[in-house]
Amino acid sequence: MKIGAPKEIEAGEARVAMTPDSALQLQKLGYDCVIETGAGQAAGFTDAAYEAAGVEVVKTAAALWKDADIVAKVRPPTTAEAKKFREGQLVISFFYPGQNEKLMETAKAAGTNIIAMDMVPRISRAQKMDALSSMANIAGYRAVIEAGNNFGRFFTGQVTAAGKVPPAKVLVVGAGVAGLAAIGTATSLGAITYAFDVRPEVAEQIESMGAEFVFLEFSADELPDGAATGGYAPPQSPEFQAKQLAKFREIAPEMDIVITTALIPGRPAPKLWTKDMVEAMKPGSVIIDLAAERGGNCELTKADERIVTDNGVVIIGYTDFPSKMAAQSSTLYSTNIRHMMTDLTPGKDGTVVHNMEDDVIRGATAVFAGAITFPPPPPKVAAIAVQKREKPKELTPEEKRAAEVAAFKAQTKNQITLLAVGGALLLGVGLIAPASFMQHFIVFVLSVFIGFQVIWNVAHSLHTPLMAVTNAISSIIILGALMQVGSSSVLITVLAALGIFMASVNIFGGFLVTRRMLAMFQKS
Amino acid sequence: MDFGFTIAAYAVAGVLFILSLGGLSGQESAKRAVWYGIAGMAIAVVATLVGPGSGLWLMSLILIAGGAAVGYQLATKVQMTQMPELVAIMHSLVGLAAVFVGLNAHIEIGNVAAVFGETGLPFPQPQGPLSTEAYALLGTLSNFAELIGKKTAVEIGILRVELVLGVWIGAVTFTGSVVAYGKLSGASSMLPFKIDTAAKQLPGGHMLNAAAAAGSALLLVLYLTGAGGWALVLLAILGLFIGYHLIMGIGGADMPVVVSMLNSYSGWAAAAIGFSLGNDLLIVVGALVGSSGAILSYIMCKAMNRSFVSVILGGFGGAAKGDQLAIEGEQIAIDADGVASALNEADSVVIVPGYGMAVAQAQQSVSELTRKLRAQGKTVRFAIHPVAGRLPGHMNVLLAEAKVPYDIVLEMDEINEDFPSTDVVIVIGSNDIVNPAAQDDPNSPIAGMPVLEVWKAKQVFVSKRGQGTGYSGIENPLFFKENTRMFYGDAKKSLDELLPKIG
Repeated sequence: MKIGAPKEIEAGEARVAMTPDSALQLQKLGYDCVIETGAGQAAGFTDAAYEAAGVEVVKTAAALWKDADIVAKVRPPTTAEAKKFREGQLVISFFYPGQNEKLMETAKAAGTNIIAMDMVPRISRAQKMDALSSMANIAGYRAVIEAGNNFGRFFTGQVTAAGKVPPAKVLVVGAGVAGLAAIGTATSLGAITYAFDVRPEVAEQIESMGAEFVFLEFSADELPDGAATGGYAPPQSPEFQAKQLAKFREIAPEMDIVITTALIPGRPAPKLWTKDMVEAMKPGSVIIDLAAERGGNCELTKADERIVTDNGVVIIGYTDFPSKMAAQSSTLYSTNIRHMMTDLTPGKDGTVVHNMEDDVIRGATAVFAGAITFPPPPPKVAAIAVQKREKPKELTPEEKRAAEVAAFKAQTKNQITLLAVGGALLLGVGLIAPASFMQHFIVFVLSVFIGFQVIWNVAHSLHTPLMAVTNAISSIIILGALMQVGSSSVLITVLAALGIFMASVNIFGGFLVTRRMLAMFQKS
Repeated sequence: MDFGFTIAAYAVAGVLFILSLGGLSGQESAKRAVWYGIAGMAIAVVATLVGPGSGLWLMSLILIAGGAAVGYQLATKVQMTQMPELVAIMHSLVGLAAVFVGLNAHIEIGNVAAVFGETGLPFPQPQGPLSTEAYALLGTLSNFAELIGKKTAVEIGILRVELVLGVWIGAVTFTGSVVAYGKLSGASSMLPFKIDTAAKQLPGGHMLNAAAAAGSALLLVLYLTGAGGWALVLLAILGLFIGYHLIMGIGGADMPVVVSMLNSYSGWAAAAIGFSLGNDLLIVVGALVGSSGAILSYIMCKAMNRSFVSVILGGFGGAAKGDQLAIEGEQIAIDADGVASALNEADSVVIVPGYGMAVAQAQQSVSELTRKLRAQGKTVRFAIHPVAGRLPGHMNVLLAEAKVPYDIVLEMDEINEDFPSTDVVIVIGSNDIVNPAAQDDPNSPIAGMPVLEVWKAKQVFVSKRGQGTGYSGIENPLFFKENTRMFYGDAKKSLDELLPKIG
């Protein structure tokens, strides 16, 4: 089958869904690759590079849509593109099915299958195709770089001959992938970083990236359980929100850079940074609002614009951070697509097997076989492990004592049973066997008993030497052969001689090997 | 004529053997213990040579010297990793020797009966004191024949039971050990034929074993009622078959238990022969070896959470009880640089070696890695699972060979609690013994087996040849955990690649 990537139509979109590298990997899965001419230009991939990777370059988007059985895109298909949908075609892109019902209807009518990269379930198996995370990672990094670009001071504190420079203070709101990436970048540039998230369990992740978690004082039962909603924070109770805003208001004057990344799936972005907080900030401070596409976390944010407030605070509402680093984001996104194709092509034979039983594929599919399959059922596997586990109950001293007594009693019972059975057997033997036999028998029984007692104490690490020693010792059978070798019968002598020889091999071999092994054990 | 001196020497030897086994409770005392064993053996052999075994003593000495030369060659040439095979093949010698000695006892009974028959004296002896004629005749016989000549009918009957047991157990031990050797050594076997390492039984399986055992019992009855030598030979052949078939039915993974079980069998065979020869030292030592082997097998079975009976009867390895849990996630590979940087940052490292380390002969590299890490002031420890490798204590021996100090080599129970506070765990060529499914998945074939809880550490690196499953053939969810990285490749090569990057 053929897989193709058209040039993105959206203004300012520089990314591309297929790179020469990913094309090579796709060809290994058995697919032929096509690309629209100039599709990778903005991301730095020339047509020549694609051709070198064995990708067919077609002149127009129309030809590509006609030619390709699978179309991989970055942005959701536009109305114009949707007209090119055809029966049995598979379209993979960011799709936002929740907001694009019309587009789903079009696909359904055309018989096109849609896989929405933004719907890939957030389970560990699907991490390799989680395009939202890989894009968010870039956005978080770029947000800090963008902030630095608009911020008139160093990030890191310095004491120089020309005076002392205080370090920049950065607040990151929302510690998702983007937030954590921003924290990491800001910290490595030398800023003092603070971070806030409504999920207290991410405090550890925040601290691991080098930021300080901004705590709200709350009792445990008031806090939400982030695990239930796929890693996203649920909308908050009014008390919680009030407390959160109060905390932001308190720290706003100190912050030089604020990066907000708070999103709630399927809803407008929560307003976390109000007008009065912006007014409280110092002139020259920067706010980067990564939620601008959904209305922004800051009240003053305007999508895709850089504005400067009256008190000199820069508010950036760009929505195309990943696109600003098109080479990087195209590489990551095309790899996500490639992983998706790997899962869709179990036979590695260039044919798509759209397995709706698979949690990941089912979750990401928005339209399949002429039916809208959005929203998907909840995945079978929880995204985050259950938080708390019951601690094993501490036994009270009385219970311990009772358990010990019970164990002791059971042991005694066992031993007595064994002794009784063993004694009865011995008596039985003694009744029929002659005294000369019983003399040897008593030796035998006692030896077995000694063996049992002695071996329990052997150190575990010495089991191999133990075996070698017992092996050597078991060649005591040589005594039997020695006693017989003097017989008048030739046959007996020969057999006994063989016995002596074999047993002596064993004696010397066994003891020497044991010596060799034991000599190697040494203390440090 | 009895030899008071010999009996006294046997008493000394017996005590020395007991001390020898008891001394293995610690590494330092074990070194002394071997000398006790050697001294005991020397005393026993010398006492027998000057006493009841004095006939043809020169030939005996020559044969012993010859055996010594062969034994010395074997013991000094063998690689430490081939230790399990060596022990297995040496058991077969003891088994075969027991068969020979038992057969001899049978022949001697016939000879003595013939001698008595010629002179017209009654044999076996009637109850009561020996007649003077019989006493005179006994004086002309060899030591062993004299012993038999004195016996009454009941004693001869018991003697026959004992020698049958000796021959039969010896035969089982012989073929069983040869098969075990073949399975353990796999491709490097010196046998002229190849033995499949997988558990394999002839059609009929257990029924065949049961039938052979029943046949043996029948033959025993026939032999006791005077069927003659052919019954004994057939018994030996059936014993050989059972030994072969029983061990063929046991998979390579259970070989440690098998080897120690065979060890126990060879002890019982010696004890049975000791009864028939009326030799107390043989009885004492045979019983010691027999019971120690049995306990060792039992300890190992317990460590693997397997039924002792089902392992020794070869019926082990049943199908899973239900659906095993599906495994989420994927195996993520890592290269030497990644492992090195994690190791350089770690404070505490635990290394979990397994059979893969023995196969790759990687113990020297592991030792070098340990030395380098310890030189940097890191805590490095080894976690040894009771059934790691193919022989109990296999890993300890290999690590000792590579000069890893034994006080940093810990047992499962000693170290399992420490995993949560460990930075890096390196799993080298082990699989089932670190499988979390044993704890999490009640349907897993290894459910309930105690395992090393390596997944509780901050990070786990698994050095492994490929994505295959372990000896028990089950998937290992550890490899799919988020804190696990797979370091693919031959263990020795991987470690050698890693070494220059440490420090």
